[in-house]
Amino acid sequence: MTAMRQAKAVYPFGFLDEYAKKEVRRTVLKAIAIPGYQVPYSSREMPMGRGFGTGGLQLTLSLIGSNDTLKVIDQGSDDSVNAVNLRSFIEMTCEGINTTDVTDEADLIQSRHRIPEKPLREDQLIILQVPYPDPLVVVEPSEDKRKVMHGEADYSRLLVKLYEDIVQFDEITISHRYPTRINHHYIIDPSPIPRWDVPKLHQSKALILLGAGREKKIYAVPPYTDAEPLAFDDVPFRVENFIDQHGKRRACDRCGDTTSFLDEFTSSDGNKVYQCSDSDWCREQLQKKGA
Amino acid sequence: MEKILEVNKLTKVFGKGCPNCFDKTGPELDTNVCPDCGSVVAAHELSFDLYKGEILGIMGESGSGKSTVVKNLFFDQEPTSGHAIFYDDDKQYDLFSLNAAQKRHLRNHRFGMVYQNPHLGLNFGISSGGNIAERLLMNDLRHYKEIRERARELLERTEVLTNRMDELPGNFSGGMQQRVQIAKALAINPPLLFLDEVTTGLDLSVQAKILDLILEIQQEMNTAMIVVTHDLGVVRLLAGRTIVMKYGRIIESGLTDQILEDPQHAYTQRLVASAL
Repeated sequence: MTAMRQAKAVYPFGFLDEYAKKEVRRTVLKAIAIPGYQVPYSSREMPMGRGFGTGGLQLTLSLIGSNDTLKVIDQGSDDSVNAVNLRSFIEMTCEGINTTDVTDEADLIQSRHRIPEKPLREDQLIILQVPYPDPLVVVEPSEDKRKVMHGEADYSRLLVKLYEDIVQFDEITISHRYPTRINHHYIIDPSPIPRWDVPKLHQSKALILLGAGREKKIYAVPPYTDAEPLAFDDVPFRVENFIDQHGKRRACDRCGDTTSFLDEFTSSDGNKVYQCSDSDWCREQLQKKGA
Repeated sequence: MEKILEVNKLTKVFGKGCPNCFDKTGPELDTNVCPDCGSVVAAHELSFDLYKGEILGIMGESGSGKSTVVKNLFFDQEPTSGHAIFYDDDKQYDLFSLNAAQKRHLRNHRFGMVYQNPHLGLNFGISSGGNIAERLLMNDLRHYKEIRERARELLERTEVLTNRMDELPGNFSGGMQQRVQIAKALAINPPLLFLDEVTTGLDLSVQAKILDLILEIQQEMNTAMIVVTHDLGVVRLLAGRTIVMKYGRIIESGLTDQILEDPQHAYTQRLVASAL
């Protein structure tokens, strides 16, 4: 409690000073104006290690207002370590905000590696934490050259990566961070969301902001913008199908839903168990069943 | 015959340059390093034309500036001054005044380049088929099966075993790597191809095969080529017309037979006489 009181005394609303917040907001405006372009900004030191969601955190702290309701999720769950810590830090430094687990109630959603199953609305905003913002990093080590490649939309080497994948494995094997073309020009790394979530970027009603704190980049997928995952004409993009060995779609072990993204884990007796990755979605399905 | 390329007063100086650079260098003075400022004059006011389906040889000793010519035309380097006009069907491009995106477009869609060292032309981190796919993808082909089919055809054409198309080029011999590089350059049927010392460092029988291949391709596809070499044999076999360079200047140019049978310039005479 004493630590909390001290924090209130020392730090302004949202922890960051006003100049830092202003810079982030201006960066966000530029990112929205140029969909998919990675706008550099001077990522501030946060009281946590870079790579633990500092990019997303700075976005949230700069954009949240005292009447807003915030939801923080980590891989679909509101109760994972990263989500809990970030949430309590934001609660501590932003007086008067509300937090929620319910996707529908949230104005702002900060997320690590998932987009909620429930379709987002126009008045909602989702912030994704990004470890590696540049999809070209796998084919070109020099950032200088990558910037030129982005500018000229020269993405053939990325497609060669997909070609090599199909040669070796008969299909594209990228499971997350699937390179996605925004508004027919820039290709982004949509953060480590699974393929399942990539179609949600396309013509999304909510504004999607992506923040990389360590790499000092902010970029955006504005509402109602085209987002096409990279693919070949005859080898189309596909999402995870969760089909078991009998050809049946797996269901969530808890709520029985067969339409959501499933997490696989091993139970204490050694069996494989599948459950909804989005814990709020799972709760809602259970509630519907009970009613 | 239709003109495809017109080079006018192409000049390339490495270094800061000074007003005396061109007066104090050249074959007569036996140097290409300016004694006043130390700049290297790699090419000075080179002008020549190239016609459709023609092979032009550029011959000269190492350091004479012959590679500089193709590097400038392929946008690997920027010239100090000069013009080059590329005639593409009904379009014309002033090569040295294009922006980066237009340059990339021409490189990807209309030009091909085969370097002496396969490491410059090929990506050794991806398979040989992938290297050719890269070129096809640059050319906006997005159909996996078609890409695969085309890559196989090209490798077959250049006599690379197609069952090894998914191997890394590093596993291949030098001659095979060179053939993969040629296949990559040809993938988009470019109307203009640059060959920079393609047979240097290969053994004689492999050299002969690659030269045969180049000639066949030229006859099949009517590709215009600029062949840079220091090897008289290559010029004799491939080029219809030849330019002889020394210290960044063209000292002699004309029909290859004429130059080899009746060289006018003292240097060319020495060069021809010294050939084994």
